Amino acid sequence: MLVTDSKRARRTGLRELWDSSIGKKIAVAVSGAILVAYVVLHMLGNLNSLYGPGGGDARVDDYSHWLRDFGEPLLPHAFVLWAIRVLLLAALVIHVTAIVQLRARNRAARGGHQARRIGRTFSSATTMVTGTLLLAFVVFHIMQFTTLTIDVTPLEEGAVYANLYHAFQEWYFVLLYVAAVGALGFHLRHGVWSAFQTLGLDRPERNQQLRRGAGALAVIVVLGFILVPICFWTGVLDAPAEASAQASAVVVNR
Amino acid sequence: MNFTLEIWRQDYPGDEGRYERIEATEIDAEASFLEMLDQVNERLIARGGRAVAFDSDCREGICGACSLTIDGLPHGPQQVTTCQTYMRDFEDGQTIRVEPFRNNSFPVLRDLVTDRSALDRIIEAGGFISTTTGPQPDPNSMPVNPETQQKAMDAAICIGCGACVAACPNGAAMLFTGAKVTHLNLLPQGQAERGERTRSMVRQMDEEGFGGCTNFGECSRACPQEISIDVIGMLNREYRRAVRDEKKARAKMIAQ
Repeated sequence: MLVTDSKRARRTGLRELWDSSIGKKIAVAVSGAILVAYVVLHMLGNLNSLYGPGGGDARVDDYSHWLRDFGEPLLPHAFVLWAIRVLLLAALVIHVTAIVQLRARNRAARGGHQARRIGRTFSSATTMVTGTLLLAFVVFHIMQFTTLTIDVTPLEEGAVYANLYHAFQEWYFVLLYVAAVGALGFHLRHGVWSAFQTLGLDRPERNQQLRRGAGALAVIVVLGFILVPICFWTGVLDAPAEASAQASAVVVNR
Repeated sequence: MNFTLEIWRQDYPGDEGRYERIEATEIDAEASFLEMLDQVNERLIARGGRAVAFDSDCREGICGACSLTIDGLPHGPQQVTTCQTYMRDFEDGQTIRVEPFRNNSFPVLRDLVTDRSALDRIIEAGGFISTTTGPQPDPNSMPVNPETQQKAMDAAICIGCGACVAACPNGAAMLFTGAKVTHLNLLPQGQAERGERTRSMVRQMDEEGFGGCTNFGECSRACPQEISIDVIGMLNREYRRAVRDEKKARAKMIAQ
């Protein structure tokens, strides 16, 4: 498997990085960091729905419009939104491609003999599983709330609060989202801490804090995300304005 | 003590290989695992069978030659080398599964003997320092502070046994390579080839077909020298630096 020197000499910079196992892991870490940053922003953005229906003008709807109008008139409509989407897609493709290649490499290296478990953590042993589940969930999530393709519950473009309200009245959607966010938590618990190691940002004296930090981030992200579906489902958050108006109209008609 | 051994038997490299049940009877509890295998072999030979081939050399835990996986644990249950593993650590009447270190880059030569020269080739790629011959340099011209010395020696303690590779679910040799890189890159003598060493050793590691680290930390738990997984962080850091700006690394070498 030895490569000749001339072949080696041509591999420099980014190419050398991508071809080496460590370099590919750096690609995973950097693309992962982009995705984590987005996840945190998305979680914070979601919390806008906790302000409630706001009498037909829900704050989360305003937030959604604000995201699309961001940078106008300097930038075209929804430019920033699309820029972020492209960036995320690129990061996701790099993340998954590199992992699939590394995984194939690792499997080949073991030569078909499973290694006995000697103390790996649950989150580290399940990153591939949680990652695959998350990928499937992301596709579903986009088809439900972005493209509005999966309209089991009534979905309407721009009416974010109403869409969320109706979806999270169904126990199975609540369960699905809570489970997906749980998987995300385990993925982050191991992934964030590992990214620091891959990038060589770990130091013996601060590794304890890094591990705890990764755990804390995972917990915060999980709590922040599940708060929204739980609040809708338990009825802490009221029905959207139109729906309640219709409901009261029904009452009046009686 | 009596044991039932399930030993990996393989006649030649590339052979199918199979587990064979061998009874090990009347073994002294104070015998090391290798001494137990010696006794088993003597009896096998007396019966006209083929002895179980296994690696061993110093038998005092410093050479790294012995390489058995005992019940799935590289070297055995005690996080010491196989020669330092004693039969008193096992239950009387226990069935013990013995197999070679498992990795695609460690081809089995016969039974429990593997070819671990892949690790030697990683060392050849950069695990050395260049120095001039001639008069002995003044010792004070190369000061090393105690912390650096301690860190370097904690990594230099690696005996190159390959237990980290056998323990790793990804078949990675990063604890080994990390220990070598940490050892040499921390010391002033290793600065001349710092970046090039890291790149060459990583390149060789990849070409040998080893996997990559996913931070399980199991290598560290199998290492008889208890080398910390921190050396992998150091390896990653050194590699990133070396690739990012070789020029800067060179300037640094000259300064030092």
